Amino acid sequence: MKTILKTNRRDFLKLAVTSSGGLMLGFSWSNALAMEVIDEAAFAADINFNSYLSISPEDVITIFSPNPELGQNIKTSFPMIVAEELDADWTKVKVVQAALDTKKYERQLTGGSGAIPHSWERLRKAGATARQMLIEAAAKRWNISAATLSAENGKVIDKSANRSLTYGELANEAALIPVPTEVKLKDKKDFKIIGKPIKNVENDGLFIGKPLFGLDFYREGMLHAMIQRPVSFGTKIKSVDSTAAKAMPGIVDVVQFKNNVAVVGKSTWQIMKARKVLKIEYEADATIESTPDHDKLFKDLLDSKEATVRRKDGDVDAAFKNAAKTIVREYQCPFLPHNPMEPMNFFADVKSDGVELVGPSQTPDMARNEVAKLLGIAPEKITLELTRLGGGFGRRLKADYVLEAAELSSIIKAPVKVTWSREDDMGGGSYRPAVRYRFEAALDSGGNLVGYKLRGVGINAGNPTREDNFPSGAVDNLLIDSVEHKSAITTGPWRAPITNFLAYAEQSFIDEVAAEVKQDPIQFRLNLLDKAKKTPVGAVKYDIDRMKTVIQLAVEKSNWGKNKNAIQGFSVYFSHRSYVAQVAEIEMKGGKPVLQKIYAAADCGIVVNITGALHQVRGGITDGLGHAFYGNLTFKNGEAEQKNFNSYRLIRMKEIPEIEIHFVNNGIDPTGLGEPALPPTGGAVANALFRATGKRIYSQPFIKQDGLEGVNLGTKM
Amino acid sequence: MATYQLQVNGKSYSADVESDTPLLWVLRDTFGLVGTKYGCGIGQCGACTVHLNGVAVRSCSLPVSAIGTKKVTTIEGLSEKGDHPVQQAWHEVDVAQCGYCQAGQIMTAAALLAKTPKPTTEQIDNAMNGNLCRCGTYHRIREAVALASIKTIK
Repeated sequence: MKTILKTNRRDFLKLAVTSSGGLMLGFSWSNALAMEVIDEAAFAADINFNSYLSISPEDVITIFSPNPELGQNIKTSFPMIVAEELDADWTKVKVVQAALDTKKYERQLTGGSGAIPHSWERLRKAGATARQMLIEAAAKRWNISAATLSAENGKVIDKSANRSLTYGELANEAALIPVPTEVKLKDKKDFKIIGKPIKNVENDGLFIGKPLFGLDFYREGMLHAMIQRPVSFGTKIKSVDSTAAKAMPGIVDVVQFKNNVAVVGKSTWQIMKARKVLKIEYEADATIESTPDHDKLFKDLLDSKEATVRRKDGDVDAAFKNAAKTIVREYQCPFLPHNPMEPMNFFADVKSDGVELVGPSQTPDMARNEVAKLLGIAPEKITLELTRLGGGFGRRLKADYVLEAAELSSIIKAPVKVTWSREDDMGGGSYRPAVRYRFEAALDSGGNLVGYKLRGVGINAGNPTREDNFPSGAVDNLLIDSVEHKSAITTGPWRAPITNFLAYAEQSFIDEVAAEVKQDPIQFRLNLLDKAKKTPVGAVKYDIDRMKTVIQLAVEKSNWGKNKNAIQGFSVYFSHRSYVAQVAEIEMKGGKPVLQKIYAAADCGIVVNITGALHQVRGGITDGLGHAFYGNLTFKNGEAEQKNFNSYRLIRMKEIPEIEIHFVNNGIDPTGLGEPALPPTGGAVANALFRATGKRIYSQPFIKQDGLEGVNLGTKM
Repeated sequence: MATYQLQVNGKSYSADVESDTPLLWVLRDTFGLVGTKYGCGIGQCGACTVHLNGVAVRSCSLPVSAIGTKKVTTIEGLSEKGDHPVQQAWHEVDVAQCGYCQAGQIMTAAALLAKTPKPTTEQIDNAMNGNLCRCGTYHRIREAVALASIKTIK
């Protein structure tokens, strides 16, 4: 069996600081620490920097990227930003994934579409600082003013004398230049790398089967384990009989800890088989719930007198009392599992003098701290090596699967990799919570929206509203509140938390209100935005102009209302600092609606890598569409009723519509794109389906609606 | 336990495993060929796709005892230098997001093109529909298969 070593600090050091020296610049991409030229001793001493840029005399530029990579392409776009300001030759840039540092990583996590917005300026400054030092080194060597020199494609150029030096040739001298405290960043119109389609730096490894993922980690002598967790939420172990399992070939041990029974053995298949013969009895330790209970519960919560008020503007009661017309509608969304293609897994080797952890995590720092707490070991004694993540979608923000591996290793006193089966993954929680919304609109005799109420109720959903989002600020009398039911069913963030279902419900409701007052749904929204701009009610926490711009771009590109052959539906949403408007187009074929195309207009500020950005938007739409149509996790006596892809449907190739994407080019600093394209999709499609079929869709999954069974997604079926 | 001699990527391998062990776990746990991925274990997602005598099969549902002398090809052995037309196309189209499913996607596409060098879009969709991609890279997969087809014919 082979041992796979991932790059760690020592390996990076070998790569970055060669025996012949070079320039190595340490900087922090998460806070405002000054940059410093560092040497091997400083590097080994674990100083405060969490990112490094090195230029070797051989002209190799190495950038150390600390963020977990789960498909958002951060490992390519971070270095692009540095290389842009450095004026590097991109073909000579190497990117190295950092292990979790033992100090000072303030935001070594992937989530909330925040990595690029968070690091944008620091990364640019790092590149610009190194560039300036290289220019100054050249000026010194040539004994001329630095002001007369320029940099391009990995070289400092003296145009007047028609000469140049490569960065590698200047690296040793640049290391002796004092680090400038003020550097000039490029004018954005001069960007040469940012905005270009730069291919994923890990393509080569991915397409030949290199061991990049957590599940690919093997080490000589390591044991394998699978854990039987309670199959029903709300139960605990009553008794365990592991006699038969222990007698199976290859089984080393069966151990119980907390509510887990771990089968430990020499190979994955052997533990999978042995696990099937475990005899475990469970008993209730909390309320055991089923989906029909939730349906009833939602109705009670919607009428509850004890709601948490999230936002209140004006006098809602009076507005509804005096209204010419009121509209009340309810929307419901089910639990969803994350289903990253790589199931949960982690390697742990707990020894008396330290802990080694290896695997995929969106929050490695949190995982390490929780392991430290669990085992009573100082965090400094724990190393966490980050692998590539086979998808995350929020599931790997939780550290439960890391803690289990660490706890098991500490019990069996051996290195062990814990692997979750797909059934464990889908049955094992951290779901998108199930929610129900009640929207109410009060209209005056002129068809104006004068009152708006939203109550969100959910199961372990926290606040299932976004009280400051549109149309807040545009309605004189508004009340947004929520009620939460605490359940034994575990929930967690799921790509575009809350907004992944709220946007569908809200944008469907707005559409219905517009139809009720016989206004074009887009014009209805634009009128509200104009009102929020002219006479804002309370705080307006979204950018009205940015929202209007994506709406107008979607109108223009989709030829809204002018395409006679297509039935269109519209939706727009602001989430995670970015704005996306979408138009879904349906054609009726043989009396059935067929989704043909989705147009997307996105404002995420400056697009760093266009190939990656298109991926995020197309992927977000595909994700939003598939889950709105099919996603449905139900419970019977606390147990998930769908545990694998034979009963839980994910969108497949034949079902994808054409997707046309446009970005707003406004030059503002990047605002994030991992999530914002997902929320608008369900609403755009539901609104188009209404126009095509005359039926409003009040719950997900859409496929369960009367008249929509067997509806074709896409044209290729 | 029994000993199985397997031909994988043109080499002989020996595995001392139980007869019902799926090829997937023999490749991963015994041979260290981890490019073939575990996704569902029931043949529904295609992440574990390999070639058996050139035909795409789900290695998670194929017991080692059923292989006999048939030749197994995994992503590691699809080409010597990673330059199979499908691999080249995958790079040119920049197909991957997280990348976990892509080895299976590539193996399915390569088997399709071996049998049908000039597939229609419908044939591409039919062949690829069994492979899930949770990131939603289907558009680029379709585009890359078409590009690989052009490269294959050349």
